[in-house]
Amino acid sequence: MPEQDQNLLLEIKGLRTYFHLAEGVVHAVDGVDLKMHRKETLGIVGESGCGKSISAYSMLRLVPPPGKIEAGEILFYKTPKDGSTNQAEIVNLTKLDPNGSEIRNIRGNYISMVFQEPMTAMSPVRTVGQQIMEAIILHQKVSKEEARKQTIEMLRRVRMSNPERVIDDYPFQLSGGMRQRAVIAMALCCRPSLLIADEPTTALDVTTEAQILNLMRDLQDEFGMAIMYITHNLGVIAEMADNVAVMYMGRVVEQADVSTIFYNPLHPYTQGLHQSIPQLKDALSRKEHKRLDVIKGMVPDPYSRLKGCPFHPRCPKFIAGVCDEVEPRMVEPEPGHTVKCHLYG
Amino acid sequence: MVNYILLRLLRMIPQMLIISVLAFVIIQLPPGDFLTERINRLKATGLTVDNAEVERLTKMYGLDQPMAAQYIKWITNIITKGDFGYSWTFARDVNEIIGSRMGMTFFISFLAFVVCWSFAIPVGILVAVKQYSVIDYFFTFLGFIGLATPGFLLALVLMYVSFEYFGLKVGGLFSQEMILAPWSWAKFVDFLKHIWLPVIILAIGGTANLIRTLRATMLDELRKQYVTVARAKGLSEFKVLMLYPVRIAINPIVSTFGWLLVWFFSGGTVVEIVLNLDTAGPMLWRALMTQDMYTAGAYIVIVGFLTAIGSLISDLLLAAIDPRVRFGGLEA
Repeated sequence: MPEQDQNLLLEIKGLRTYFHLAEGVVHAVDGVDLKMHRKETLGIVGESGCGKSISAYSMLRLVPPPGKIEAGEILFYKTPKDGSTNQAEIVNLTKLDPNGSEIRNIRGNYISMVFQEPMTAMSPVRTVGQQIMEAIILHQKVSKEEARKQTIEMLRRVRMSNPERVIDDYPFQLSGGMRQRAVIAMALCCRPSLLIADEPTTALDVTTEAQILNLMRDLQDEFGMAIMYITHNLGVIAEMADNVAVMYMGRVVEQADVSTIFYNPLHPYTQGLHQSIPQLKDALSRKEHKRLDVIKGMVPDPYSRLKGCPFHPRCPKFIAGVCDEVEPRMVEPEPGHTVKCHLYG
Repeated sequence: MVNYILLRLLRMIPQMLIISVLAFVIIQLPPGDFLTERINRLKATGLTVDNAEVERLTKMYGLDQPMAAQYIKWITNIITKGDFGYSWTFARDVNEIIGSRMGMTFFISFLAFVVCWSFAIPVGILVAVKQYSVIDYFFTFLGFIGLATPGFLLALVLMYVSFEYFGLKVGGLFSQEMILAPWSWAKFVDFLKHIWLPVIILAIGGTANLIRTLRATMLDELRKQYVTVARAKGLSEFKVLMLYPVRIAINPIVSTFGWLLVWFFSGGTVVEIVLNLDTAGPMLWRALMTQDMYTAGAYIVIVGFLTAIGSLISDLLLAAIDPRVRFGGLEA
């Protein structure tokens, strides 16, 4: 399928990132398989601690010690920025030296990241401009004046009011929403082909969140980049994503396009996630307050590793002797819809 | 900004007056004064003292007047003429003996400070980045020894070692034959040969302290999100460290700059006595032993003045490197 290969941007195969702690080994990412295409928005959903962020950190090789990539491949299809050729060079990110020049050339240049906390994402003692300009100077080898011009332009693109003034402001002089705009400008200033957004709106209020989501979608059209959107908020996923990967305990348990995930979820965990979303109209129509449907049980403790399917202790469709014995394989019950569950394979 | 500096300088005036009052009162607190001290000593050696002579000296020095009057006379002379009075112990004007000694002490303190910063800052950053490594444990061990060992003990040990094993006589500021020689290149070299020991001894405690401080603040900063963000931009690890966590972790070091200098200044007294240096510390000690209040008072007032200036410089430096200080405190 040469045509499909043309559009492939990222392929993660069997990624395992473990943390070796004194208390035991945390299998933060335990066999993740993902595919992303150019200009696609892939939503990654899951509860806290399911390995969403660590997967993203693994891609940029920013996993903090004692975390370590134990196995797997992260293939990035890198197309030269100068447009000399459309032929993508395949780089296996897991093989790069995490402090080496090769990964540093990819960071911020080909793959950028926007983090959860806009309040702490910038150093308080350097100006917004200084912190954006240094990435432009680093990757585009331009003069300070040119970098400043580009920075102001980029701040205007993220709809920052008065960019000529903001560029010399310090982060603590900006509001949360403004700061997240500045952080997005910082991530996009070198026009990456992939933007990883790790819960970028979780710390913002709802109206600001809507503005930032709109902004990201517009910028995606404008720059033609792919977005990996990490969140626990299904509403945001419905709004943003083309395709969705659902993660549970370090694994991708289901992946499909966004409408399939919402209208025809197959994995009991995905189904459970849907039922846990509070519905405003249900809540108002009910006379007495009914408890929300929640997935029973808790995420198992991170040091243990369950035999069979990791979801089996909480699963309503648990099959004794199968689910707690054999780890399910990834199956494709319908084209483009993969799921890791014994019910389907 | 200019207003702020002027305000701070103005505020130093009452500060200095309070320091001078306290200095004067504390020095006067022990019973007796310089004259009674001297008379006692003369009597102890079997000499008789003429009462009329004592009365004459008491009148001459104004020792019969109340403390407040003595203070006012003293402080007026300092402010109007820059005259710190007469040193009975050294039988000379205080200004004359204090100038060169203060200069020497200041020079040694400054060198100790330079050694301290240029060693503590890189090492502090290194041990934080390499937390729980062999390097970290090595410097932590060394640091605690440095913190716990009193300077004078270190001085004695180093003097013994350099004399016993290297045949060097390291006491004093100059070799015997150079003491009275006029300043020349040879004398300067001789001076440097003597000065390294007190400088290192003085610097060790402060260095150990600074390494611990910097290590702690660096560890706090290294965990912050903006460090990961900086790495995600593709900056090299060295640039990430210098532009991000170090820029903030350096704050407590800069803000204690003023005290550090004064700490070297006054903390060196015992070391200077042990090493037999002709500096301000031993002078203060002799002055206090003989209740020579003008000499001791001059020393304390000058050190107080340096402390005030030092903390002003610290605050200005801090405002220069940290915009939060600039925007938060000064303009409000």
